[in-house]
Amino acid sequence: MTQNYEKLPQDAFTRIPRDTQEAEKISKPSVSFWQDAWRSLKKNKGAIISLILFGLILIMSFVGPMISPYEPNDQTITHANLPPKMPIIENLGIMDGVGTLGGREVDLYEMKNVEQNYWFGTDGLGRDMFSRVWKGTQVSLFIAFVAAAIDMLIGVIYGGISGYFGGRIDDVMQRIVEILTGIPNLVVVILFILIMDPGILAIIIALTITGWTGMSRVVRGQVLKYKSQEFVLAARTLGASDSRIIWKHLMPNVLGVIIINTMFTIPGAIFFEAFLSFIGLGLQAPDASLGTLINDGYKLIQYQPHILLFPAVVLSLIMIAFNLIGDGLRDALDPKMKD
Amino acid sequence: MARYIGKRLIYMFITLALIATFTFFLMKILPGSPIASADKLSPEQRAVVEARYGLDQPLPVQYFDYMFGLLKGDLGISINQFKGANVTDVILSRMGPSAQIGFQGMLLGTVLGILFGMVAALRQNTWVDYGSTIVAIIGISIPSFVFASMLQYWFGLKWDLFPVALWKDGFMSSVLPSIALAMFPLATAARFIRTEMIEVLGSDYITLAKAKGASGSEIAFKHAFRNALIPLITVLGPMAVSILTGSLVVEQIFAIPGIGEQFVKSIMVNDFSIIMGTTIFFSVFLIVVILIVDILYGVIDPRIRLSGGKN
Repeated sequence: MTQNYEKLPQDAFTRIPRDTQEAEKISKPSVSFWQDAWRSLKKNKGAIISLILFGLILIMSFVGPMISPYEPNDQTITHANLPPKMPIIENLGIMDGVGTLGGREVDLYEMKNVEQNYWFGTDGLGRDMFSRVWKGTQVSLFIAFVAAAIDMLIGVIYGGISGYFGGRIDDVMQRIVEILTGIPNLVVVILFILIMDPGILAIIIALTITGWTGMSRVVRGQVLKYKSQEFVLAARTLGASDSRIIWKHLMPNVLGVIIINTMFTIPGAIFFEAFLSFIGLGLQAPDASLGTLINDGYKLIQYQPHILLFPAVVLSLIMIAFNLIGDGLRDALDPKMKD
Repeated sequence: MARYIGKRLIYMFITLALIATFTFFLMKILPGSPIASADKLSPEQRAVVEARYGLDQPLPVQYFDYMFGLLKGDLGISINQFKGANVTDVILSRMGPSAQIGFQGMLLGTVLGILFGMVAALRQNTWVDYGSTIVAIIGISIPSFVFASMLQYWFGLKWDLFPVALWKDGFMSSVLPSIALAMFPLATAARFIRTEMIEVLGSDYITLAKAKGASGSEIAFKHAFRNALIPLITVLGPMAVSILTGSLVVEQIFAIPGIGEQFVKSIMVNDFSIIMGTTIFFSVFLIVVILIVDILYGVIDPRIRLSGGKN
């Protein structure tokens, strides 16, 4: 090849004149930080599947109680302890309304003359598990999201002030955090739940009372890192006020870490809510969360395993989804922050 | 080093004193009375009962009594759950089963986790790797009480391989609870070791070891594994927390006469000396574990400057 290049036809080539203006042109559209993060998140199959799965669960938590013909707290004693039965899936041999009674397998729907279908079965009081599970999911998610949002708010403000102003303020604030993080989370949550009236509010307060310290530490670290960099100095030299520097210059840089941290706070809060309900410190009947449903189901595990099965599966799916989304976001937003 | 440990110990005592104070006053504003059927007693009877537990003293006196007792390791007297028994004795007598399942769970979890993580790192992006990642995600996500009830249902009830509950058959009784507690340490260790191993395997001294002709297994064990193992100490803290949190529910599920089960019961019956005592015991346990982890880390890896702090 190399020897023959004189033989190439001259007219196959055209000369491109050097254009100084063209040289500076960026051929691809510039990609912002968030577009780039979204692009790498899209490549993470686990995170995307989890995102869709969580979306479905979220939708079902609102739509589920509505499409079910039964109210979550309505009791129909004659329909108690029915196994799950779903119209199409029943042909597969599962969820066909067959349960054990006195050691024999029988169609309990036929036996009890029940015309309707309970998709997830019913509990000991004849309440429809389908609407209860989704209502419980709604409550659990609500608690988790509110707790995570409060954690985020307090943590960002506290960590931001501590990191930005530094000096003596930082010293004092950090000593307080050091002592607070020394107290085991479990102990604080249980003690606070004990002195408050049980309910959604009590759980949220108990979860957030020391929950924000993790976020505050991360935010403080990031603010410390960025505030000594040149672009902040430049902004200050140009006369930017503290609030402008914080909101316009520091915040966009710290936001990624805040989001990642929140994504790991949410499953933590869901777990703690379920945990508290399981040891009897959660919501009080008839209100249901996934934790109380699991607790109720656990008591009947030997004879009515379906009561435990559905809330446990939904809870586990939410936890798995959040952990995978969190992992994906961490890789996408900050590749250096891996474990 | 000595200065660092001294500083940490001072912090530890401040934290513990705060926890004790805090718990003490919280217990005082706790709704409900720990005395069984308190409202049925006549004022005189009530006064007698209260005097017996020192509840008739003014609050500051009660507080200082309690704090001084604490320094001597005296956690007070159980009010209704173990009528009149010394809380310290109650906790000590119940430590055995909790320590056993906790230790077994931790051991099983970390050993399997290290194994999973190592294999995953050495066979990156194969089905072994994916399998171990899936196990790790499940282990981190599924709460121990869900996992424990599943174990109980299948291995205890359906297949009858292990005792369903109770602490009667010695080691056999401890198998299922230990497995339930092992899930979180397993998942954490597997994830951690995998990340660390991959990082170590990419470093220069591994290339050097390969160049000088070291065999695959020698590289894996002697060079990569050892260095990946050190940072694992940092996650011992979270693991201990998970074992403790897990023990509350797992002991409840398997009806094991341990500290966790007794703590949950004391909450139900409002026995505040037991609640207080156990809270302080848990706090001491966790704070000491975290302190030991931090010190160990500094001893093993001299590159970590303990006194300097993170920033």
